Amino acid sequence: MSRRTSAILWGVLGVLAVVLLWEGYKALGPAEGVVIGAVPGEAGSGVLILPRTHDRAMPHVWDMVARLFAPTSGGSTPPLWVSVLGAAGLTLGIAAVGWVIGVVVGGVLGALMQRWRLLEWGLLPWIVVSQTVPLIAFAPIVNSMGLQLGRGGGFEWPQWVSVAVIASYLAFFPVAIGVLRGLAAPDRIHLDLLRSYAAGYGATLWRLRLPAAVPYLLPALRLAAANAVVGAVVAEVSIGMRGGIGRMLLQLAGQASADPAAPWGPTFGAIALGLVAAGSVALLGLGLRRYRRGEATA
Amino acid sequence: MSTESTTGSGATTRATGVPSAADPAAPALRATGVGKSFTARKGEVVALTGVELEVAPGEFVSLIGPSGCGKSTLLRLIADLDAPTSGELTIFGKPAHQARLDQDYGIAFQQAGLLPWRSVGANIALPLELHGVERAARAARVAELAELVGLTEFVDRHPDELSGGMQQRVAIARSLAAKPRLLLMDEPFGALDEMTREYLQSELARIAAETGAAVVFVTHSIPEAVFLSDRVVVMSPRPGRITDVVATPLGARRDDGLRESPEYYAHVTAVREALHGTPTHRPGEP
Ligand SMILES: Nc1ncnc2c1ncn2[C@@H]1O[C@H](COP(=O)(O)OP(=O)(O)O)[C@@H](O)[C@H]1O
Ligand SMILES: [Mg+2]
Repeated sequence: MSRRTSAILWGVLGVLAVVLLWEGYKALGPAEGVVIGAVPGEAGSGVLILPRTHDRAMPHVWDMVARLFAPTSGGSTPPLWVSVLGAAGLTLGIAAVGWVIGVVVGGVLGALMQRWRLLEWGLLPWIVVSQTVPLIAFAPIVNSMGLQLGRGGGFEWPQWVSVAVIASYLAFFPVAIGVLRGLAAPDRIHLDLLRSYAAGYGATLWRLRLPAAVPYLLPALRLAAANAVVGAVVAEVSIGMRGGIGRMLLQLAGQASADPAAPWGPTFGAIALGLVAAGSVALLGLGLRRYRRGEATA
Repeated sequence: MSTESTTGSGATTRATGVPSAADPAAPALRATGVGKSFTARKGEVVALTGVELEVAPGEFVSLIGPSGCGKSTLLRLIADLDAPTSGELTIFGKPAHQARLDQDYGIAFQQAGLLPWRSVGANIALPLELHGVERAARAARVAELAELVGLTEFVDRHPDELSGGMQQRVAIARSLAAKPRLLLMDEPFGALDEMTREYLQSELARIAAETGAAVVFVTHSIPEAVFLSDRVVVMSPRPGRITDVVATPLGARRDDGLRESPEYYAHVTAVREALHGTPTHRPGEP
Protein backbone atom coordinates (compact mmCIF):
# COMPACT_ATOMS: atom_id res chain seq x y z
CA MET A 1 0.00 0.00 0.00
CA SER A 2 2.73 2.45 0.99
CA ARG A 3 4.59 1.53 -2.19
CA ARG A 4 1.54 2.40 -4.24
CA THR A 5 1.05 5.71 -2.45
CA SER A 6 4.65 6.67 -2.99
CA ALA A 7 4.38 5.69 -6.66
CA ILE A 8 1.36 7.98 -7.04
CA LEU A 9 3.19 10.71 -5.17
CA TRP A 10 6.20 10.46 -7.48
CA GLY A 11 3.91 10.55 -10.50
CA VAL A 12 2.22 13.74 -9.28
CA LEU A 13 5.58 15.30 -8.42
CA GLY A 14 6.87 14.48 -11.91
CA VAL A 15 3.92 16.19 -13.59
CA LEU A 16 4.30 19.19 -11.29
CA ALA A 17 7.99 19.41 -12.13
CA VAL A 18 7.25 19.44 -15.86
CA VAL A 19 4.61 22.16 -15.38
CA LEU A 20 7.03 24.23 -13.28
CA LEU A 21 9.81 23.87 -15.85
CA TRP A 22 7.48 24.88 -18.62
CA GLU A 23 6.10 27.93 -16.85
CA GLY A 24 9.51 28.83 -15.37
CA TYR A 25 11.21 28.90 -18.75
CA LYS A 26 8.26 30.72 -20.26
CA ALA A 27 8.55 33.41 -17.57
CA LEU A 28 12.33 33.80 -17.75
CA GLY A 29 13.25 32.92 -21.34
CA PRO A 30 13.42 35.52 -24.15
CA ALA A 31 10.20 35.88 -26.13
CA GLU A 32 11.90 35.29 -29.48
CA GLY A 33 14.25 32.59 -28.17
CA VAL A 34 17.99 32.65 -28.76
CA VAL A 35 19.33 32.39 -32.30
CA ILE A 36 23.01 32.11 -33.12
CA GLY A 37 24.69 32.83 -36.42
CA ALA A 38 21.78 34.85 -37.77
CA VAL A 39 22.56 37.00 -40.84
CA PRO A 40 21.00 40.45 -40.28
CA GLY A 41 18.16 41.17 -42.65
CA GLU A 42 17.77 37.54 -43.71
CA ALA A 43 14.63 35.98 -42.22
CA GLY A 44 14.90 32.47 -40.84
CA SER A 45 18.70 32.38 -40.92
CA GLY A 46 20.79 31.05 -38.02
CA VAL A 47 20.15 28.25 -35.57
CA LEU A 48 17.55 28.50 -32.85
CA ILE A 49 19.20 27.10 -29.69
CA LEU A 50 16.57 28.19 -27.17
CA PRO A 51 12.87 28.06 -28.08
CA ARG A 52 10.60 31.06 -28.27
CA THR A 53 8.44 31.67 -25.24
CA HIS A 54 5.64 33.91 -26.49
CA ASP A 55 2.04 32.65 -26.09
CA ARG A 56 1.79 31.38 -29.65
CA ALA A 57 4.82 29.11 -29.24
CA MET A 58 4.35 28.19 -25.59
CA PRO A 59 0.82 28.65 -24.27
CA HIS A 60 0.30 28.68 -20.52
CA VAL A 61 -0.52 25.32 -18.96
CA TRP A 62 -3.80 26.70 -17.61
CA ASP A 63 -4.72 27.89 -21.10
CA MET A 64 -4.16 24.36 -22.41
CA VAL A 65 -6.41 22.96 -19.67
CA ALA A 66 -9.07 25.65 -20.20
CA ARG A 67 -9.00 24.96 -23.94
CA LEU A 68 -10.03 21.37 -23.21
CA PHE A 69 -13.38 22.62 -21.94
CA ALA A 70 -14.02 25.06 -24.77
CA PRO A 71 -15.89 23.94 -27.92
CA THR A 72 -13.72 21.91 -30.32
CA SER A 73 -14.08 24.20 -33.29
CA GLY A 74 -16.23 27.07 -32.10
CA GLY A 75 -19.99 27.43 -32.17
CA SER A 76 -22.00 24.65 -30.64
CA THR A 77 -19.44 21.90 -31.28
CA PRO A 78 -18.80 19.63 -28.29
CA PRO A 79 -16.02 20.53 -25.82
CA LEU A 80 -12.51 19.66 -26.96
CA TRP A 81 -12.00 16.99 -24.29
CA VAL A 82 -15.02 15.04 -25.58
CA SER A 83 -13.64 15.04 -29.12
CA VAL A 84 -10.19 14.08 -27.84
CA LEU A 85 -11.66 11.22 -25.82
CA GLY A 86 -13.55 9.93 -28.86
CA ALA A 87 -10.52 10.18 -31.13
CA ALA A 88 -8.21 8.58 -28.56
CA GLY A 89 -10.72 5.78 -28.02
CA LEU A 90 -10.85 5.04 -31.75
CA THR A 91 -7.05 5.00 -32.03
CA LEU A 92 -6.76 2.83 -28.91
CA GLY A 93 -9.20 0.31 -30.36
CA ILE A 94 -7.28 0.12 -33.64
CA ALA A 95 -3.95 -0.11 -31.78
CA ALA A 96 -5.39 -2.94 -29.67
CA VAL A 97 -6.32 -4.86 -32.82
CA GLY A 98 -2.81 -4.22 -34.14
CA TRP A 99 -1.35 -5.38 -30.83
CA VAL A 100 -3.29 -8.63 -30.93
CA ILE A 101 -2.23 -9.31 -34.54
CA GLY A 102 1.35 -8.44 -33.64
CA VAL A 103 1.36 -10.67 -30.57
CA VAL A 104 -0.03 -13.63 -32.52
CA VAL A 105 2.31 -13.21 -35.49
CA GLY A 106 5.33 -12.42 -33.29
CA GLY A 107 4.54 -15.32 -30.97
CA VAL A 108 4.27 -17.82 -33.81
CA LEU A 109 7.45 -16.53 -35.48
CA GLY A 110 9.36 -16.59 -32.18
CA ALA A 111 8.20 -20.12 -31.39
CA LEU A 112 9.11 -21.37 -34.88
CA MET A 113 12.55 -19.79 -34.69
CA GLN A 114 13.13 -21.24 -31.23
CA ARG A 115 12.10 -24.71 -32.38
CA TRP A 116 14.17 -24.77 -35.57
CA ARG A 117 17.58 -23.18 -35.52
CA LEU A 118 17.61 -23.08 -39.30
CA LEU A 119 14.52 -20.86 -39.29
CA GLU A 120 16.20 -18.53 -36.82
CA TRP A 121 19.16 -18.11 -39.14
CA GLY A 122 16.89 -17.59 -42.13
CA LEU A 123 14.26 -15.34 -40.57
CA LEU A 124 15.87 -13.29 -37.83
CA PRO A 125 17.92 -10.99 -40.11
CA TRP A 126 14.79 -10.19 -42.15
CA ILE A 127 12.80 -9.50 -39.02
CA VAL A 128 15.45 -7.07 -37.83
CA VAL A 129 15.66 -5.39 -41.25
CA SER A 130 11.86 -5.10 -41.37
CA GLN A 131 12.00 -2.65 -38.47
CA THR A 132 14.33 -0.29 -40.28
CA VAL A 133 11.84 0.39 -43.10
CA PRO A 134 10.46 3.90 -42.40
CA LEU A 135 6.80 3.75 -41.51
CA ILE A 136 5.99 6.92 -43.44
CA ALA A 137 7.06 5.21 -46.66
CA PHE A 138 5.55 1.91 -45.79
CA ALA A 139 2.08 2.94 -44.57
CA PRO A 140 0.66 4.19 -47.90
CA ILE A 141 1.89 1.03 -49.61
CA VAL A 142 0.00 -1.15 -47.14
CA ASN A 143 -3.10 0.96 -47.63
CA SER A 144 -3.03 0.86 -51.42
CA MET A 145 -2.33 -2.88 -51.34
CA GLY A 146 -5.36 -3.31 -49.11
CA LEU A 147 -7.51 -1.22 -51.41
CA GLN A 148 -6.44 -3.28 -54.42
CA LEU A 149 -7.11 -6.46 -52.50
CA GLY A 150 -10.57 -5.15 -51.72
CA ARG A 151 -11.22 -4.18 -55.33
CA GLY A 152 -10.07 -7.58 -56.54
CA GLY A 153 -12.16 -9.42 -53.98
CA GLY A 154 -15.20 -7.21 -54.48
CA PHE A 155 -15.30 -5.79 -50.93
CA GLU A 156 -14.39 -2.51 -49.37
CA TRP A 157 -11.11 -2.49 -47.47
CA PRO A 158 -11.66 -0.25 -44.45
CA GLN A 159 -8.88 2.22 -43.73
CA TRP A 160 -8.72 1.27 -40.08
CA VAL A 161 -7.63 -2.24 -41.07
CA SER A 162 -4.60 -0.74 -42.81
CA VAL A 163 -3.83 1.22 -39.66
CA ALA A 164 -4.13 -1.91 -37.52
CA VAL A 165 -1.88 -3.86 -39.88
CA ILE A 166 0.76 -1.13 -39.74
CA ALA A 167 0.50 -0.99 -35.94
CA SER A 168 0.98 -4.76 -35.83
CA TYR A 169 4.06 -4.37 -38.03
CA LEU A 170 5.73 -2.46 -35.21
CA ALA A 171 4.19 -4.56 -32.44
CA PHE A 172 5.26 -7.99 -33.64
CA PHE A 173 8.99 -7.33 -33.42
CA PRO A 174 9.56 -7.22 -29.64
CA VAL A 175 7.19 -10.16 -29.24
CA ALA A 176 9.07 -12.31 -31.75
CA ILE A 177 12.39 -11.57 -30.03
CA GLY A 178 10.91 -12.00 -26.52
CA VAL A 179 9.33 -15.34 -27.40
CA LEU A 180 12.50 -16.56 -29.11
CA ARG A 181 14.59 -15.74 -26.03
CA GLY A 182 11.94 -16.68 -23.49
CA LEU A 183 11.17 -20.12 -24.85
CA ALA A 184 14.89 -20.89 -24.82
CA ALA A 185 15.14 -19.75 -21.18
CA PRO A 186 14.42 -22.98 -19.24
CA ASP A 187 17.35 -24.56 -17.43
CA ARG A 188 18.95 -27.67 -18.85
CA ILE A 189 17.88 -29.62 -15.75
CA HIS A 190 14.22 -28.80 -16.33
CA LEU A 191 14.41 -29.82 -19.97
CA ASP A 192 16.13 -33.07 -18.95
CA LEU A 193 13.42 -33.75 -16.39
CA LEU A 194 10.61 -33.24 -18.88
CA ARG A 195 12.44 -35.49 -21.32
CA SER A 196 12.74 -38.12 -18.61
CA TYR A 197 8.96 -37.94 -18.25
CA ALA A 198 8.70 -38.58 -21.99
CA ALA A 199 6.96 -35.20 -22.49
CA GLY A 200 6.55 -34.18 -26.14
CA TYR A 201 7.09 -30.71 -27.62
CA GLY A 202 3.56 -29.55 -26.84
CA ALA A 203 3.64 -30.63 -23.21
CA THR A 204 7.10 -29.12 -22.76
CA LEU A 205 5.93 -25.87 -24.34
CA TRP A 206 2.86 -25.58 -22.17
CA ARG A 207 4.23 -26.76 -18.84
CA LEU A 208 7.79 -25.49 -19.01
CA ARG A 209 8.79 -23.19 -21.86
CA LEU A 210 5.85 -20.78 -21.74
CA PRO A 211 5.80 -20.37 -17.94
CA ALA A 212 9.57 -19.90 -17.94
CA ALA A 213 9.21 -17.31 -20.72
CA VAL A 214 6.86 -15.04 -18.75
CA PRO A 215 9.64 -12.76 -17.39
CA TYR A 216 10.74 -12.22 -21.02
CA LEU A 217 7.22 -11.93 -22.39
CA LEU A 218 5.90 -9.16 -20.15
CA PRO A 219 8.44 -6.52 -21.20
CA ALA A 220 7.98 -7.65 -24.81
CA LEU A 221 4.20 -7.23 -24.57
CA ARG A 222 4.64 -3.81 -22.96
CA LEU A 223 6.97 -2.69 -25.74
CA ALA A 224 4.54 -4.10 -28.30
CA ALA A 225 1.73 -2.03 -26.77
CA ALA A 226 3.78 1.16 -26.95
CA ASN A 227 4.81 0.34 -30.52
CA ALA A 228 1.23 -0.41 -31.54
CA VAL A 229 0.08 3.00 -30.27
CA VAL A 230 2.91 4.84 -32.04
CA GLY A 231 2.31 2.79 -35.18
CA ALA A 232 -1.42 3.49 -35.16
CA VAL A 233 -0.95 7.26 -34.69
CA VAL A 234 1.70 7.53 -37.43
CA ALA A 235 -0.26 5.29 -39.80
CA GLU A 236 -3.44 7.35 -39.37
CA VAL A 237 -1.56 10.48 -40.27
CA SER A 238 0.29 9.02 -43.23
CA ILE A 239 -2.69 7.36 -44.89
CA GLY A 240 -5.06 10.18 -43.93
CA MET A 241 -7.60 8.27 -41.90
CA ARG A 242 -10.16 10.48 -40.18
CA GLY A 243 -11.44 10.24 -36.63
CA GLY A 244 -8.29 9.17 -34.79
CA ILE A 245 -6.06 11.10 -32.45
CA GLY A 246 -3.18 11.36 -34.95
CA ARG A 247 -5.27 13.07 -37.55
CA MET A 248 -6.81 15.36 -34.94
CA LEU A 249 -3.36 16.34 -33.68
CA LEU A 250 -2.25 17.20 -37.20
CA GLN A 251 -5.39 19.18 -37.92
CA LEU A 252 -5.24 21.27 -34.74
CA ALA A 253 -1.50 21.78 -35.09
CA GLY A 254 -2.22 23.32 -38.48
CA GLN A 255 -4.41 25.92 -36.78
CA ALA A 256 -1.96 26.51 -33.94
CA SER A 257 -1.06 30.05 -34.91
CA ALA A 258 -4.68 31.08 -34.39
CA ASP A 259 -5.45 28.70 -31.53
CA PRO A 260 -2.12 27.71 -29.90
CA ALA A 261 -3.58 25.80 -26.96
CA ALA A 262 -5.73 23.52 -29.12
CA PRO A 263 -3.10 20.96 -30.29
CA TRP A 264 -2.25 20.29 -26.65
CA GLY A 265 -5.62 18.63 -26.20
CA PRO A 266 -4.89 15.73 -28.56
CA THR A 267 -1.29 15.69 -27.29
CA PHE A 268 -2.56 14.96 -23.80
CA GLY A 269 -4.91 12.45 -25.38
CA ALA A 270 -2.00 10.65 -27.03
CA ILE A 271 -0.09 10.54 -23.75
CA ALA A 272 -3.13 9.14 -21.94
CA LEU A 273 -3.45 6.59 -24.72
CA GLY A 274 0.08 5.33 -24.13
CA LEU A 275 -0.51 5.17 -20.38
CA VAL A 276 -3.73 3.18 -20.79
CA ALA A 277 -2.01 0.77 -23.19
CA ALA A 278 0.96 0.23 -20.87
CA GLY A 279 -1.37 -0.05 -17.86
CA SER A 280 -3.40 -2.79 -19.53
CA VAL A 281 -0.27 -4.87 -20.05
CA ALA A 282 0.75 -4.23 -16.44
CA LEU A 283 -2.61 -5.69 -15.39
CA LEU A 284 -1.79 -8.76 -17.46
CA GLY A 285 1.49 -9.01 -15.54
CA LEU A 286 -0.42 -8.94 -12.29
CA GLY A 287 -2.40 -11.97 -13.42
CA LEU A 288 0.80 -13.82 -14.32
CA ARG A 289 2.53 -12.98 -11.04
CA ARG A 290 3.17 -16.53 -9.96
CA TYR A 291 5.26 -17.22 -13.05
CA ARG A 292 7.68 -14.54 -11.91
CA ARG A 293 8.41 -16.20 -8.58
CA GLY A 294 11.76 -17.50 -9.66
CA GLU A 295 12.98 -14.09 -10.78
CA ALA A 296 14.14 -13.00 -7.35
CA THR A 297 15.54 -16.28 -6.07
CA ALA A 298 16.77 -18.50 -8.87
CA MET B 1 5.83 -50.02 5.80
CA SER B 2 2.42 -48.72 4.79
CA THR B 3 3.71 -47.74 1.37
CA GLU B 4 4.84 -51.29 0.63
CA SER B 5 1.39 -52.16 -0.66
CA THR B 6 1.45 -49.27 -3.10
CA THR B 7 4.59 -50.39 -4.89
CA GLY B 8 4.61 -53.19 -7.39
CA SER B 9 2.59 -53.07 -10.57
CA GLY B 10 2.05 -49.31 -10.77
CA ALA B 11 -0.70 -50.07 -13.25
CA THR B 12 -3.31 -48.14 -11.28
CA THR B 13 -1.59 -44.82 -11.86
CA ARG B 14 -0.98 -45.18 -15.57
CA ALA B 15 -4.08 -44.07 -17.33
CA THR B 16 -2.54 -43.61 -20.76
CA GLY B 17 0.08 -45.39 -22.75
CA VAL B 18 0.56 -49.08 -22.61
CA PRO B 19 3.80 -49.82 -20.83
CA SER B 20 5.43 -52.74 -22.55
CA ALA B 21 5.63 -55.67 -20.20
CA ALA B 22 8.83 -55.78 -18.22
CA ASP B 23 10.58 -59.08 -17.80
CA PRO B 24 10.19 -59.85 -14.07
CA ALA B 25 13.42 -61.84 -13.98
CA ALA B 26 15.44 -59.20 -15.83
CA PRO B 27 17.93 -57.08 -13.91
CA ALA B 28 16.96 -53.50 -13.13
CA LEU B 29 19.88 -52.40 -15.26
CA ARG B 30 22.26 -54.16 -17.60
CA ALA B 31 25.05 -52.32 -19.39
CA THR B 32 27.17 -54.24 -21.86
CA GLY B 33 30.19 -52.68 -23.50
CA VAL B 34 28.80 -49.16 -23.11
CA GLY B 35 30.97 -46.33 -24.39
CA LYS B 36 30.37 -42.64 -24.99
CA SER B 37 32.53 -40.10 -26.73
CA PHE B 38 31.84 -36.43 -27.28
CA THR B 39 33.23 -34.49 -30.18
CA ALA B 40 34.69 -31.41 -28.58
CA ARG B 41 36.60 -28.56 -30.19
CA LYS B 42 39.93 -30.18 -29.38
CA GLY B 43 38.92 -33.47 -30.96
CA GLU B 44 37.21 -36.43 -29.42
CA VAL B 45 36.68 -36.85 -25.66
CA VAL B 46 36.15 -40.42 -24.52
CA ALA B 47 33.85 -39.93 -21.54
CA LEU B 48 33.16 -43.65 -21.01
CA THR B 49 34.52 -46.88 -22.36
CA GLY B 50 33.73 -50.57 -21.94
CA VAL B 51 31.21 -50.22 -19.12
CA GLU B 52 29.86 -53.57 -17.92
CA LEU B 53 27.37 -53.32 -15.07
CA GLU B 54 24.38 -55.20 -13.79
CA VAL B 55 22.06 -54.00 -11.03
CA ALA B 56 19.56 -56.42 -9.51
CA PRO B 57 15.98 -55.36 -8.71
CA GLY B 58 15.93 -53.66 -5.32
CA GLU B 59 19.71 -53.33 -5.20
CA PHE B 60 21.40 -50.07 -4.15
CA VAL B 61 24.51 -49.36 -6.21
CA SER B 62 26.69 -46.27 -5.94
CA LEU B 63 29.00 -44.90 -8.62
CA ILE B 64 32.05 -43.21 -7.13
CA GLY B 65 35.13 -41.64 -8.64
CA PRO B 66 36.96 -38.36 -9.15
CA SER B 67 35.14 -35.69 -11.13
CA GLY B 68 35.30 -36.13 -14.87
CA CYS B 69 35.31 -39.93 -14.70
CA GLY B 70 31.95 -40.14 -16.45
CA LYS B 71 29.53 -40.79 -13.58
CA SER B 72 27.00 -38.24 -14.76
CA THR B 73 27.46 -39.37 -18.34
CA LEU B 74 26.70 -42.98 -17.40
CA LEU B 75 23.59 -41.91 -15.51
CA ARG B 76 22.40 -39.82 -18.46
CA LEU B 77 22.89 -42.79 -20.77
CA ILE B 78 20.86 -45.01 -18.46
CA ALA B 79 18.14 -42.35 -18.39
CA ASP B 80 18.21 -42.08 -22.21
CA LEU B 81 18.97 -38.37 -21.93
CA ASP B 82 21.98 -39.10 -24.15
CA ALA B 83 22.63 -41.99 -26.50
CA PRO B 84 25.66 -44.26 -26.05
CA THR B 85 28.24 -44.32 -28.82
CA SER B 86 28.67 -48.04 -28.40
CA GLY B 87 27.25 -50.90 -26.39
CA GLU B 88 23.81 -51.64 -25.10
CA LEU B 89 21.73 -50.59 -22.10
CA THR B 90 18.61 -52.37 -20.92
CA ILE B 91 16.32 -51.53 -18.02
CA PHE B 92 14.18 -54.41 -16.79
CA GLY B 93 14.99 -56.09 -20.07
CA LYS B 94 13.83 -53.17 -22.25
CA PRO B 95 15.95 -50.75 -24.25
CA ALA B 96 16.64 -47.54 -22.29
CA HIS B 97 14.52 -45.53 -24.73
CA GLN B 98 11.44 -47.67 -24.13
CA ALA B 99 12.06 -47.60 -20.37
CA ARG B 100 12.05 -43.80 -20.48
CA LEU B 101 8.77 -43.73 -22.40
CA ASP B 102 7.26 -46.13 -19.86
CA GLN B 103 8.57 -44.06 -16.90
CA ASP B 104 10.32 -47.12 -15.51
CA TYR B 105 12.82 -44.93 -13.71
CA GLY B 106 12.70 -41.81 -11.58
CA ILE B 107 15.54 -39.33 -11.63
CA ALA B 108 16.98 -36.66 -9.33
CA PHE B 109 19.96 -34.35 -9.78
CA GLN B 110 22.30 -32.30 -7.63
CA GLN B 111 20.00 -29.33 -8.10
CA ALA B 112 16.46 -30.01 -6.98
CA GLY B 113 15.21 -28.54 -10.28
CA LEU B 114 11.74 -27.68 -8.99
CA LEU B 115 9.56 -25.46 -11.15
CA PRO B 116 9.41 -22.19 -9.18
CA TRP B 117 5.88 -21.31 -10.27
CA ARG B 118 4.44 -24.61 -9.05
CA SER B 119 3.59 -25.44 -5.46
CA VAL B 120 5.37 -28.35 -3.79
CA GLY B 121 2.37 -30.57 -4.42
CA ALA B 122 2.13 -29.55 -8.08
CA ASN B 123 5.84 -30.21 -8.51
CA ILE B 124 5.48 -33.71 -7.13
CA ALA B 125 2.47 -34.26 -9.37
CA LEU B 126 4.20 -33.11 -12.57
CA PRO B 127 5.32 -36.56 -13.81
CA LEU B 128 1.86 -37.95 -13.07
CA GLU B 129 0.18 -35.08 -14.92
CA LEU B 130 2.35 -35.72 -17.96
CA HIS B 131 1.37 -39.35 -17.92
CA GLY B 132 -2.30 -38.55 -17.84
CA VAL B 133 -3.07 -39.68 -14.31
CA GLU B 134 -6.45 -38.25 -13.34
CA ARG B 135 -6.78 -35.55 -10.74
CA ALA B 136 -8.09 -37.58 -7.80
CA ALA B 137 -5.48 -40.30 -8.15
CA ARG B 138 -2.82 -37.61 -8.47
CA ALA B 139 -3.90 -35.85 -5.29
CA ALA B 140 -3.89 -39.13 -3.38
CA ARG B 141 -0.42 -40.02 -4.61
CA VAL B 142 0.92 -36.54 -3.79
CA ALA B 143 -0.40 -36.81 -0.24
CA GLU B 144 1.21 -40.21 0.11
CA LEU B 145 4.58 -38.98 -1.19
CA ALA B 146 4.53 -35.80 0.87
CA GLU B 147 4.09 -37.94 3.91
CA LEU B 148 6.87 -40.28 2.84
CA VAL B 149 9.37 -37.41 2.67
CA GLY B 150 7.89 -35.62 5.69
CA LEU B 151 6.58 -32.51 3.90
CA THR B 152 2.84 -32.87 4.41
CA GLU B 153 2.51 -29.37 5.86
CA PHE B 154 4.37 -27.84 2.93
CA VAL B 155 2.45 -29.12 -0.11
CA ASP B 156 0.91 -25.71 -0.77
CA ARG B 157 4.16 -23.78 -0.39
CA HIS B 158 6.37 -22.75 -3.27
CA PRO B 159 9.98 -23.85 -3.74
CA ASP B 160 11.40 -20.42 -2.87
CA GLU B 161 9.91 -20.79 0.60
CA LEU B 162 11.82 -24.03 1.26
CA SER B 163 15.36 -24.75 2.46
CA GLY B 164 17.76 -26.59 0.15
CA GLY B 165 17.29 -29.83 2.04
CA MET B 166 13.51 -29.56 1.81
CA GLN B 167 13.71 -28.82 -1.90
CA GLN B 168 15.81 -31.91 -2.39
CA ARG B 169 13.21 -33.96 -0.49
CA VAL B 170 10.55 -32.64 -2.87
CA ALA B 171 12.77 -33.67 -5.79
CA ILE B 172 13.05 -37.17 -4.33
CA ALA B 173 9.30 -37.37 -3.84
CA ARG B 174 8.83 -36.29 -7.46
CA SER B 175 11.27 -38.93 -8.68
CA LEU B 176 9.18 -41.54 -6.87
CA ALA B 177 5.83 -40.26 -8.15
CA ALA B 178 5.29 -42.77 -10.95
CA LYS B 179 6.33 -45.66 -8.67
CA PRO B 180 9.48 -46.44 -10.62
CA ARG B 181 11.34 -49.62 -9.78
CA LEU B 182 14.61 -47.89 -10.61
CA LEU B 183 15.84 -44.63 -9.13
CA LEU B 184 18.67 -42.66 -10.76
CA MET B 185 20.34 -40.03 -8.58
CA ASP B 186 23.22 -37.77 -9.54
CA GLU B 187 24.87 -36.39 -6.38
CA PRO B 188 21.46 -35.45 -4.95
CA PHE B 189 22.96 -34.39 -1.61
CA GLY B 190 26.10 -32.82 -3.06
CA ALA B 191 25.00 -29.23 -2.47
CA LEU B 192 23.76 -29.73 1.10
CA ASP B 193 25.45 -29.20 4.45
CA GLU B 194 26.78 -32.20 6.35
CA MET B 195 23.92 -32.38 8.89
CA THR B 196 21.18 -32.29 6.28
CA ARG B 197 23.18 -34.69 4.19
CA GLU B 198 23.38 -37.39 6.87
CA TYR B 199 19.73 -36.93 7.69
CA LEU B 200 18.68 -37.32 4.07
CA GLN B 201 20.97 -40.35 3.64
CA SER B 202 19.05 -42.12 6.40
CA GLU B 203 15.78 -41.00 4.84
CA LEU B 204 16.80 -42.26 1.42
CA ALA B 205 17.90 -45.62 2.86
CA ARG B 206 14.49 -45.95 4.48
CA ILE B 207 12.60 -44.89 1.35
CA ALA B 208 14.60 -47.23 -0.87
CA ALA B 209 13.87 -50.11 1.51
CA GLU B 210 10.17 -49.22 1.75
CA THR B 211 9.61 -48.89 -1.97
CA GLY B 212 11.84 -51.78 -2.95
CA ALA B 213 13.24 -49.75 -5.85
CA ALA B 214 16.70 -50.38 -7.23
CA VAL B 215 18.92 -47.29 -6.98
CA VAL B 216 21.88 -46.11 -9.03
CA PHE B 217 23.42 -43.36 -6.94
CA VAL B 218 26.25 -41.08 -8.05
CA THR B 219 28.42 -39.58 -5.33
CA HIS B 220 31.98 -38.54 -4.64
CA SER B 221 31.70 -39.18 -0.93
CA ILE B 222 33.08 -42.54 0.21
CA PRO B 223 31.17 -42.64 3.55
CA GLU B 224 27.95 -41.77 1.75
CA ALA B 225 28.45 -44.53 -0.81
CA VAL B 226 29.23 -47.12 1.86
CA PHE B 227 26.40 -46.09 4.15
CA LEU B 228 23.77 -46.39 1.42
CA SER B 229 24.93 -49.11 -0.94
CA ASP B 230 24.95 -52.83 -1.39
CA ARG B 231 27.77 -52.39 -3.89
CA VAL B 232 30.07 -49.50 -4.73
CA VAL B 233 31.25 -49.16 -8.31
CA VAL B 234 34.62 -47.42 -8.48
CA MET B 235 35.36 -45.41 -11.61
CA SER B 236 38.42 -43.73 -13.02
CA PRO B 237 38.88 -40.94 -15.59
CA ARG B 238 40.69 -40.54 -18.93
CA PRO B 239 39.06 -42.55 -20.32
CA GLY B 240 36.11 -42.96 -17.95
CA ARG B 241 35.71 -46.60 -16.98
CA ILE B 242 34.84 -48.94 -14.14
CA THR B 243 37.98 -50.04 -12.33
CA ASP B 244 36.58 -51.94 -9.37
CA VAL B 245 33.37 -53.04 -7.71
CA VAL B 246 33.37 -53.27 -3.90
CA ALA B 247 30.60 -55.21 -2.16
CA THR B 248 29.50 -53.36 0.99
CA PRO B 249 26.89 -55.63 2.56
CA LEU B 250 25.66 -53.99 5.74
CA GLY B 251 22.21 -55.52 5.86
CA ALA B 252 18.89 -53.75 6.13
CA ARG B 253 19.84 -51.64 9.16
CA ARG B 254 20.94 -48.26 7.78
CA ASP B 255 20.75 -45.91 10.72
CA ASP B 256 23.14 -43.60 12.50
CA GLY B 257 24.42 -46.45 14.69
CA LEU B 258 25.83 -48.02 11.55
CA ARG B 259 28.16 -45.08 11.04
CA GLU B 260 30.03 -46.11 14.21
CA SER B 261 30.30 -49.82 13.46
CA PRO B 262 33.59 -51.56 12.62
CA GLU B 263 32.27 -53.21 9.42
CA TYR B 264 31.28 -49.79 8.15
CA TYR B 265 34.84 -48.55 8.70
CA ALA B 266 36.24 -51.67 7.05
CA HIS B 267 34.12 -51.02 3.96
CA VAL B 268 35.08 -47.34 3.88
CA THR B 269 38.74 -48.38 3.92
CA ALA B 270 38.16 -50.96 1.20
CA VAL B 271 36.48 -48.40 -1.08
CA ARG B 272 39.20 -45.84 -0.38
CA GLU B 273 41.88 -48.31 -1.35
CA ALA B 274 40.02 -49.28 -4.50
CA LEU B 275 39.73 -45.59 -5.43
CA HIS B 276 43.32 -44.64 -4.71
CA GLY B 277 44.79 -47.83 -6.10
CA THR B 278 43.85 -46.75 -9.60
CA PRO B 279 47.02 -45.88 -11.49
CA THR B 280 45.80 -42.58 -12.97
CA HIS B 281 44.88 -41.17 -9.59
CA ARG B 282 47.54 -40.13 -7.03
CA PRO B 283 50.37 -41.97 -8.77
CA GLY B 284 52.70 -41.35 -5.78
CA GLU B 285 50.77 -43.71 -3.50
CA PRO B 286 51.29 -47.45 -3.34
N1 LIG C 1 28.03 -32.68 -23.35
C1 LIG C 1 29.35 -32.89 -23.28
N2 LIG C 1 30.17 -32.46 -24.27
C2 LIG C 1 31.49 -32.69 -24.24
N3 LIG C 1 32.11 -33.32 -23.25
C3 LIG C 1 31.39 -33.78 -22.22
C4 LIG C 1 29.96 -33.58 -22.18
N4 LIG C 1 29.48 -34.12 -21.03
C5 LIG C 1 30.56 -34.63 -20.39
N5 LIG C 1 31.68 -34.42 -21.09
C6 LIG C 1 33.03 -34.86 -20.71
O1 LIG C 1 32.94 -36.21 -20.31
C7 LIG C 1 33.74 -36.44 -19.18
C8 LIG C 1 32.92 -37.03 -18.07
O2 LIG C 1 32.04 -36.05 -17.58
P1 LIG C 1 30.97 -36.35 -16.45
O3 LIG C 1 30.19 -37.55 -16.82
O4 LIG C 1 30.19 -35.10 -16.20
O5 LIG C 1 31.89 -36.65 -15.19
P2 LIG C 1 31.50 -36.77 -13.65
O6 LIG C 1 30.04 -36.69 -13.51
O7 LIG C 1 32.06 -38.08 -13.22
O8 LIG C 1 32.21 -35.65 -12.95
C9 LIG C 1 34.40 -35.12 -18.82
O9 LIG C 1 35.71 -35.13 -19.36
C10 LIG C 1 33.54 -34.11 -19.50
O10 LIG C 1 34.30 -33.01 -19.87
MG1 LIG D 1 28.81 -35.24 -12.44
